[in-house]
Amino acid sequence: MIDIVDYGVGNLFSLISSLNFIGARAEIVSDPSELKKADKIILPGVGAFKDAALKLKNSGMWDAVTDAANSGVPLLGICLGMQLLFEKSYEFGEYEGLSLINGSVRPLSDIVPKEYKIPQMGWNSLRFTGEKSPLFKYINEGDYVYFVHSFYASECESSVIAGTHYGAFVTAAVSKNNVFGCQFHPEKSGETGLNILRAFCEEAFL
Amino acid sequence: MLTKRIIPCLDVKNGRVVKGVNFEGIRDVSSPVELAEFYSSCGADELVFYDITASFEERKIFTDILKEAASRVFIPLTVGGGINSLEDFDRVLKSGADKVSVNSGAIKNPSLIYEAAKRYGSQCVVLSADVKRVDGVFRVFAKGGRENTGIEAISWLRRGEENGAGEIVLNSIDTDGVKKGFDIEMLREVCDAVNIPVIASGGAGSAEDFIELFKTLPKADAGLAASVFHFGEVKIKDLKALMKKNNIPVRI
Repeated sequence: MIDIVDYGVGNLFSLISSLNFIGARAEIVSDPSELKKADKIILPGVGAFKDAALKLKNSGMWDAVTDAANSGVPLLGICLGMQLLFEKSYEFGEYEGLSLINGSVRPLSDIVPKEYKIPQMGWNSLRFTGEKSPLFKYINEGDYVYFVHSFYASECESSVIAGTHYGAFVTAAVSKNNVFGCQFHPEKSGETGLNILRAFCEEAFL
Repeated sequence: MLTKRIIPCLDVKNGRVVKGVNFEGIRDVSSPVELAEFYSSCGADELVFYDITASFEERKIFTDILKEAASRVFIPLTVGGGINSLEDFDRVLKSGADKVSVNSGAIKNPSLIYEAAKRYGSQCVVLSADVKRVDGVFRVFAKGGRENTGIEAISWLRRGEENGAGEIVLNSIDTDGVKKGFDIEMLREVCDAVNIPVIASGGAGSAEDFIELFKTLPKADAGLAASVFHFGEVKIKDLKALMKKNNIPVRI
C-alpha cells in the first residue's frame, strides 16, 4: 500500500486519482501510526514552508515520516513535499526541514534573471544529471513536466537526479538512497508524470 | 525552457459542453470528460472548465463532472464561472481543480483574491478579466462582457497581482468572436504592467494567430480558445508542430 501523507496541506484528489489510474493501491493517511504499515510513502504539499512544517509537526507526521524513511521505506516528496526533505528553508525566514537530504531551499529570484517570471509556472523539460535514476526508467531526457514554484533546492548537488533550465539550472528532482523528491507535479504532468509515479510504485529501491 | 501553453476552454452547462462540437473519434461530443481526455491526448497543456450554470442543482452536476475529469485527465485543470466566495473555491478545489478563475466575483468583492491567495496560495488563484476599449481606455466589463464597470483595466490587473493573483486571463471583448487574431495591443500593455503569467484569450481564428501572438509578444505565456478547437478549425497537434517550426518553445 502506498500511503499519501495527509497533514492538512493541499489537495490530494489529483494525486490519489493518478495513483489509482495507474493501478497502484494507494490511500490517504492522516493517522501517523498508520505509516508504520506503509510499503511506500508520498509526501505532498503546497503553500508556505513554515505552515507546512508546523502542520507536519502538529499532526505527528514529522516523526512518523522521518522514522519510516530512516527505516528504508521509499519516500517521495512532491513540490513543497520535496522541499521539506531538506535541512533548511529560507522562505520568508529560516525554518528547519526533515533533514533527510542535505541542502537548503532558497528563493528562485536568487538565481533566475530578472526578466523571468516568478513563480515558474508551466511545462519545462527535464535534464538528467549523472546516472539515470530508476525513477526515470519509463521516461526520456527532455520530457516535459509541470512546475509551479517560487523556491528551489540548493546546495544539494550530490543528490540532484534532474534539473530544468529557467534562466538558470534549477533542481527538478533529487534522490538519496530510499528518499526521492520532485519539484514538479508528476500527478499533473500527463503521461510523463504518470510514468514517473509508475516507476516509483514498481521499483524496490533496495 | 518553459513552454508556451495551449489551453482549450470548455463551457459546461447542465453537465454538457455547450457550443457545438464536431470531432471524429469521440463517441459523445458534448461530454466534458471525453472532450477533456481527447484534448489532453492531443497535447493540450491545460484545460479550463467554465461553469455557466445558474442553479444549485446544476452546480452539483458540474462538480461531479469535474471530479470525473480530474480522475481521468492528468494535466492542470482550471475552473471558472460562478466563483464568488471562499466556499466556491473550496468546492471546486476539493473536486479536482488545480486553479480557480475569478472574474465578476472579484469585482463584486475585491478582497476575494487576497483572501483566496492567503488560504490556498497564489498558484491557484487566477484573475480573469473581460476588457474592452471605451473612448481609448481599457475598461473592465462584468456579467459576461455586458456591463461596463468603469474600472480601468491595467490598474485593476496590477492590483490583482498585488493582492495575490498568480495568473491573469485577459479576454479582449474587442477581438472576441471576430476570429482575426488576439488583441496584441491590449495584451502588450498588460504584460508590461504585471510580472505574473498572462493568458491571452479572445480572437483566435487560426493556428497563425497563435504564432503571431507568441512571436510578436514573447511575454505572453499561453493562448486560450474555445470554438476554434471545438470546431476543429485549429487542431492542437498541428498548431504545436507549427509552433515548433517557428522556434516557439512548445511541449510536444
